[in-house]
Parts: sequence; structure tokens; C-alpha cells
Amino acid sequence: MIPYCADNFASIERMAISLVDVKRVAHLARLEIDPAEAEQACERLRGIFGLIEAMQAVPTDGVEPMAHAQEMALRLRADQVTEADGRELFQAIAPQVEDGLYLVPKVIE
Amino acid sequence: MATAAAPGLPTLRQMLNATLKELAAQLAARKVSSVELAQYFLKRIETLGSQLNAFISVDPERSLAQARAADALIAAGSAQALTGIPVAHKDIFCARGWLTTCGSRMLSNFVSPYDAHVIERYNQAGAVIVGKTNMDEFAMGSSNETSYYGPVRNPWDTAAVPGGSSGGSAAAVAARLAPVATGTDTGGSIRQPAALCGVSGLKPTYGVVSRYGMIAFASSLDQAGPFARTAEDLALMLNVMAGFDARDSTSLERAPEDYSRALTRPLKGLRVGLPAEFFAEGLAPDVARAVEAAIAEFKKLGCETVEVKLPNMRLSVPVYYVLAPAEASSNLSRFDGVRYGHRASEYTDLADMYRKTRAEGFGAEVKRRILIGTYVLSAGYYDAYYLKAQKLRRLIAQDFVEAFKKCDIIMGPTTPTAAFNLGEKAQDPVQMYLSDIYTIAVNLAGLPGMSIPAGFGAGNRPLGLQVIGNYFCEAQMLNVAHQFQQVTDWHLRTPPGFAQ
Repeated sequence: MIPYCADNFASIERMAISLVDVKRVAHLARLEIDPAEAEQACERLRGIFGLIEAMQAVPTDGVEPMAHAQEMALRLRADQVTEADGRELFQAIAPQVEDGLYLVPKVIE
Repeated sequence: MATAAAPGLPTLRQMLNATLKELAAQLAARKVSSVELAQYFLKRIETLGSQLNAFISVDPERSLAQARAADALIAAGSAQALTGIPVAHKDIFCARGWLTTCGSRMLSNFVSPYDAHVIERYNQAGAVIVGKTNMDEFAMGSSNETSYYGPVRNPWDTAAVPGGSSGGSAAAVAARLAPVATGTDTGGSIRQPAALCGVSGLKPTYGVVSRYGMIAFASSLDQAGPFARTAEDLALMLNVMAGFDARDSTSLERAPEDYSRALTRPLKGLRVGLPAEFFAEGLAPDVARAVEAAIAEFKKLGCETVEVKLPNMRLSVPVYYVLAPAEASSNLSRFDGVRYGHRASEYTDLADMYRKTRAEGFGAEVKRRILIGTYVLSAGYYDAYYLKAQKLRRLIAQDFVEAFKKCDIIMGPTTPTAAFNLGEKAQDPVQMYLSDIYTIAVNLAGLPGMSIPAGFGAGNRPLGLQVIGNYFCEAQMLNVAHQFQQVTDWHLRTPPGFAQ
């Protein structure tokens, strides 16, 4: 169970999205964002969250969250290799490969 | 190849508006070959298509190789319903050897090494890929203006948008650049462009068509479906597309169906549910009139109407703009410039490579949705947004369960207005999002929905009637649409300039 109920927050006036939020989220999403872009994104996001906030007016106490359109359990399969080796095919379209490995900038000096 | 008679131009002109059944009959009778059909539509794409920008890729050599193989199947007497038929595929479906961009710079160099399940099924059926259609970037948009490849134009009025995200597929079928096309629908991306371009389009029940190889936007909502002029053609296409696929963990294991089995059934006694919320404030008068006229036709066909209620539908746009971006932000994290797709040319270290690659590869709308999604999933906000939206999703879905206790099928408008102009809503995401107000709830509930041509509104732009069925009732919806198309001719209209 969820330790606390989200609906308790419904009455709290959430702070409008700030430029700091936008930069924090852009960092989390690994998106470089220049100051002008961040300003514009902030303004648009405020508009969109204005729309989204309509959700908070409706009580949902005791409602089971719906994660999926079909009530189904994920299938299990035998632990066997079913895919053919496609490494060469897949690496042929990679930006940079060497000796069958994907190359990225050095992480550890 | 020995043909009975060389097909002249008149024969090919007849192919322009032929149904899939008629095309198959012509192919079987050797009145026309698959190669000739492919050449005919490729020529239309090249000449008439240039003004619409409906295609991202055409590859005549590949298409004609498939057509030659189809002609061999026909000659050997092993043709199926779609063998030799040209099909345009939305550029969201991975197709081996084809550039598969999803409308994004991020994948502008991605030649797919494998086939999506949907592509595999069409290929196995002997259909011919006539091209990959333009779309909103990563299917995020309702006007086709977010495509890296530029907007698609509406064949009925090139100042108007075709709708989105499957705008290229809808425009291609409307302009007869392909007899039929495929699309995907996460919040209305088949039904809305079908309505705005005056063609028929169907989003099946979630789980009926495999999502394997279909580039993911919001995995709990995405579903593939067909575009065609007629309901009968949609049924034949769904017969090819639907079915279990172990490679998609949400693909449903169900017995195969013939979706055309009920087309001719009379509609007498069918209870049509009309949700009051579909006819409330915000519905343009021209759309309201067209939908009312369509419902009057159904009454003449013996249907009864009942009022139903979908009280939580008004929350579907807010809920969708939490859930879909949340899922998108997760799905799109795979685009990092390491294994495929775009990689920035200059960067200082690995983190900088990710940031620059993604900043360059994604367009403004996609970035916006990644930011929204990351925000609603971030620490401290998850419960207030994501979990709240999931709870409301259940309330929205339950409304439909209640409604279907009183009726067999639900009808209403597909869109609040006819096609808007290019640029009209491009700078205002909220207005753009609200244009999907009637379609989104269906995806949240996982129900099947379709749009069929129902007339013309302001500026002589097409309008659609939305038909929503209960889970797995696609055959019944196609029956309803087919019967409507027996007594109306909206679906047979061709945009001026594309009729020849």
C-alpha cells in the first residue's frame, strides 16, 4: 500500500513550475537546454500544468490505480535462447563501434 | 509475364477508387499486375504527392521487387486478400532496409535492421510497401506540424492541417496516393486525422495488434490500426494486422477472428449510446450538425438511441498529459546516441554526449513532453500527478463500463472542429491538446474506436463520426460503419485535384 494518500495534497496550492524546476528536470532527462529555451519551456509548461491541475479537484480516495488497459498478468516463457545473433547487423548502424563494442567517450581516466 | 491484355490507362484509372476486394479481383483476373499497380501509385506519389509532403520515404526499387514477388504468388494461385496491394506504412513501423525515422531527426539516419510485427504481417500477406508516411515526431502531435520532415498538408485544402499524428497516412489515403495505409493511435492519432482528411480509420482494442517494432511513445496506450476509404477495407486489413505475438508482452492471446464476418448484418434494434458530454460546450455547430445527421441515418436503419453519461471524460486530457509524457520520458530515454540514430558531433564527455545528442535529435514538442514526463515522475511529485492520473484513468474507464450496460455502441464527434489551419495552434500546446478531447478517453480505457466520414463543415473540410465499441467489438463497429456507408457516400468523395 501507499504510505500516504495523494489526495491529501489536493488542497495544497502547488508552486508554479519555476526556471529552476525546468533546469533540474532537463538535467534528469539528459537534455541540454539553453537559457532562452528554458524560459520558453517554463512558460509552456505552466500552461500545460494549468490544464493538468484540473485533476486535483476530483476525489480518488480508495480508487485502485489503473496502470494498464487490460487486466493481465505478464507471460512467462522458458529460459531458452530464442533470438538469433544479430550483433553485426545491429552494430552496422551504430555511430561508433570497434571489435564488436560500442564506443563512447572515456568515463574513467 | 503473359498477360491477357496490356492494361490501358482506363483500367488503371478504375484502380484509383477501387476497394481492396475489387483490386484483388482485378489482380486475380490479370486485368492489372501488382507491378503496374505499384508503378501507378508511385507515380501519383511523385507527381501529386509533392504538394502534400505525405511521405518521408519512397523506394521504388524495393516496392517493385515486392510487387514482382506478389505477381509470382498470384500467378502460382497462392494469393491472399492483400497480395499485390500497395500499402503505405506510417514511419513509426520498423521495416527492414527502409529508413525508419518516426518523424524525428534522432532517427533520420536509422535504416531498420528488422521488421515490426505489423510490417511482417503485411509482407507475409503479399502486400507491397509503397512508402513510409510522414507523421508528428514520435507521434506527438495532432497536426503533423511537429515532424522533422515538415508538415503534411490536407488534400482537401492545403492551407489546413491533415491532423496527427498519422497525418501522412490519412492524407495519402484521402488523395489516393495509396489505396490503404497503416497508422498508430495513442490519444486519437488514427481517428483524428481520419476525420480531418475524410477517410475511415480504426484503432483496435488495446492488445489486439502487436506493438513489436512499433517505435514506442506511451506503451500502455499505443495501438496500431488501419486507414482506408471503406469499413470493408478496414476489416480486411485488420484481418492481416491482428493476432497474438509473443514478442509484445501486452499482445493478447485470442482466437483469430474474421473482422469482415458481420459487415452485412442489419442494424435493427442496435442501441446507440450518445454521451451528453460529447455534445456539450466546445463542439462546433458544423460538426454537431453532421453528427446529428449521421445519427438520423442510423435511426432510419433501425437503431435506437439512448443517452449515456461519461462524467469523468472531461478529465481525460489532463490525465493523458500526465500518463503519456510519463511513459514517453521513459521510452525515449533509449535514444542516447550510443547504439543507433543521431549522435552529436562535438561533446566533452559521455554526459555531454547524451545531453547534446538529445538536444539536437529531439524537436520542441518532444522535449516538452520529456520534461513533463520527467517532472511528474520525479521525487515528490509522483503521487500528486502520476498516481493521481492512474486513479482517474480507472474512473474514466469505469464510465464506459457503465455506459455499455445501456447501449451496444457509442457515437459522437471525432473532433470538436473541422481541420484547422497550418500554424493556427502550433504555438499553443494547450489548444492543440484540447483538439483530442473526444478521442483520448478511448485510449485510456483501452477500447476500440473508429472514425468514418460524415460530411463536410466550414470551408468544405471533412468531418468524422466517431464510433466507439466495447472491448473486442471491432467486427460490430465495422458492421455499423459498413451499413452507414451503404446509405451515405461521404467516404467516396475525393478531394478536387486528386480525383484523376
